[in-house]
Amino acid sequence: MSDIYRVACAAGFSGDRLGVAKPLVNALIKHGGPGCLIFESLAERTLALAQLERRQNDQLGYEPLLEEMLEPILSACVQAGIPIVGNFGAANPFAAAAVITRLAKEKNLPELKIAVVMGDDISGPSYRKIIEAHLAKPDQELLAHSQLVSANVYLGAKEIADALTAGAQVVVTGRVADPALTVGPLMSHFKKSWEDWDFLASATMAGHLLECGAQVTGGYFADPGYKDAPNLSNVGFPIVEFDAQGNICVTKPEGTGGVVNRLTVTEQLLYELHDPAAYLTPDVVADITQATISDLGNNRVKLKDVKGHPKPDSLKANICIDGGWLAEAEISYAGHHALERAQLAAQIIRDRIDKDLDLRVDFIGSSSVFVSDSGEGPAIIPSKSFEDIRLRVAAAHQDRQLAMRVCREVTALYTCGPAGGGGVRTSLKPRLNTLVALIPRAEVKPSYVFYKEEHSK
Amino acid sequence: MKNHLVPLHHIAHARTGDKGSRSNISVIAYRKEDFPILQRELTEEKVKEHFGFRHPSAVTRYDLPNLQALNFVIDDLLDGGVNLSLNLDSHGKSLSYWLLSMEIDAE
Repeated sequence: MSDIYRVACAAGFSGDRLGVAKPLVNALIKHGGPGCLIFESLAERTLALAQLERRQNDQLGYEPLLEEMLEPILSACVQAGIPIVGNFGAANPFAAAAVITRLAKEKNLPELKIAVVMGDDISGPSYRKIIEAHLAKPDQELLAHSQLVSANVYLGAKEIADALTAGAQVVVTGRVADPALTVGPLMSHFKKSWEDWDFLASATMAGHLLECGAQVTGGYFADPGYKDAPNLSNVGFPIVEFDAQGNICVTKPEGTGGVVNRLTVTEQLLYELHDPAAYLTPDVVADITQATISDLGNNRVKLKDVKGHPKPDSLKANICIDGGWLAEAEISYAGHHALERAQLAAQIIRDRIDKDLDLRVDFIGSSSVFVSDSGEGPAIIPSKSFEDIRLRVAAAHQDRQLAMRVCREVTALYTCGPAGGGGVRTSLKPRLNTLVALIPRAEVKPSYVFYKEEHSK
Repeated sequence: MKNHLVPLHHIAHARTGDKGSRSNISVIAYRKEDFPILQRELTEEKVKEHFGFRHPSAVTRYDLPNLQALNFVIDDLLDGGVNLSLNLDSHGKSLSYWLLSMEIDAE
């Protein structure tokens, strides 16, 4: 019998649908073989937002839905020996480990071995010079004049693999490369060399297919009549079956909605990928130019012939800085001449504040998403038949009061603008700007420890 | 005048991803035999022109014949991207459907 390891993914971003882990865990238990459950919950900005939260309260800054994610499946995973790996530590992995420890106690589970991966956070003062040295010149200027919110290196899979090999039942990480959540368990199970580039590349692309959750099982896919995905209200999250040769089979739990076919897997394989010959990760440079996808039917798709090249010398770091304020305000015009009245309202706003702020104006229902920020569009607004237009005005500025003017001026359209405007909504939010630096490996010191309660004191 | 112009979405599907202000849009032929049409019709120049109103600085096309897919990497398409753009869709996720609206000669 071939040695198959299964990785199931129960989250594709922070805020993803809850309740999807149970069918995955049930499927893993039913198969009876080795496997693990992963949660991918960090997008480019999630960590910076978590860092802001941690500053307000040093017990926060981890994934806000952590308890809801783990509560339904923690006991089953512990009893069945299914490790859980997640980057749900975000900006505060030790606080996340404390929450999981408490949850286990509440469920009368024996004391868990929870590993915490460290070393990704380089926001401390000792790293400042290293970060500056590896930023592009204009970004150095930006950093010099802004508040640093967060700085995190994308770590690889080694510490996750080592922690699992040492018996971790849960691995909590902050920023790791998304595929590392999958590569770690596969490397721990198959005991391959960290220079087996083809194997690492296969494991990485398996992780890449899993890391957005339902995006490979029919989510972000349906286009009725062209591409159908049944029962998306109960879409199944993905499971990858992986063998020692690096062959990948993508599937989902029986009885769940969505679809896994050649189309869903091809779309997700290329998602957020640039040069298909060189997908850069901390562990390997993956190459899918020779890869093939075959649809085995019954929601099973095979990917093979992924190749790998030696890992890059530096690690990507995301540096988040304060980006001022984003103001957005909306008002609706409906009935005859809706578009003309909305256009008049936009002109009034421009006359009053355009000199102080770069405004973006959208006529939702007629011309919005495809248009550039400077107002150029693919020559639409084709007819006068639009009778339900929502005007949106947006602007950003370092000065909170100035940004706030967008909200005030749009609100004033109630009484000072065209006829019949209604339903004003405004919002003012802090913005974050992200810079990218490539940090030499030697400057980064990843490690892991098993969590003890004194860690969070 | 060409007689065989059809919207790209009749023969291909697509997905958009983003990193900063750079977008990647994969275009995948439904049928293997239509892949050469994509290769012929979807040149880097034509894609750049189709997105002209967004002023992309560069378009790079990668061909994946095994997957009957093209991957377009389009620089500076997103007015600064998810952090800086004022667009409702600051990720540019809807832009795959703008590319799929392009009329191509499917003969």
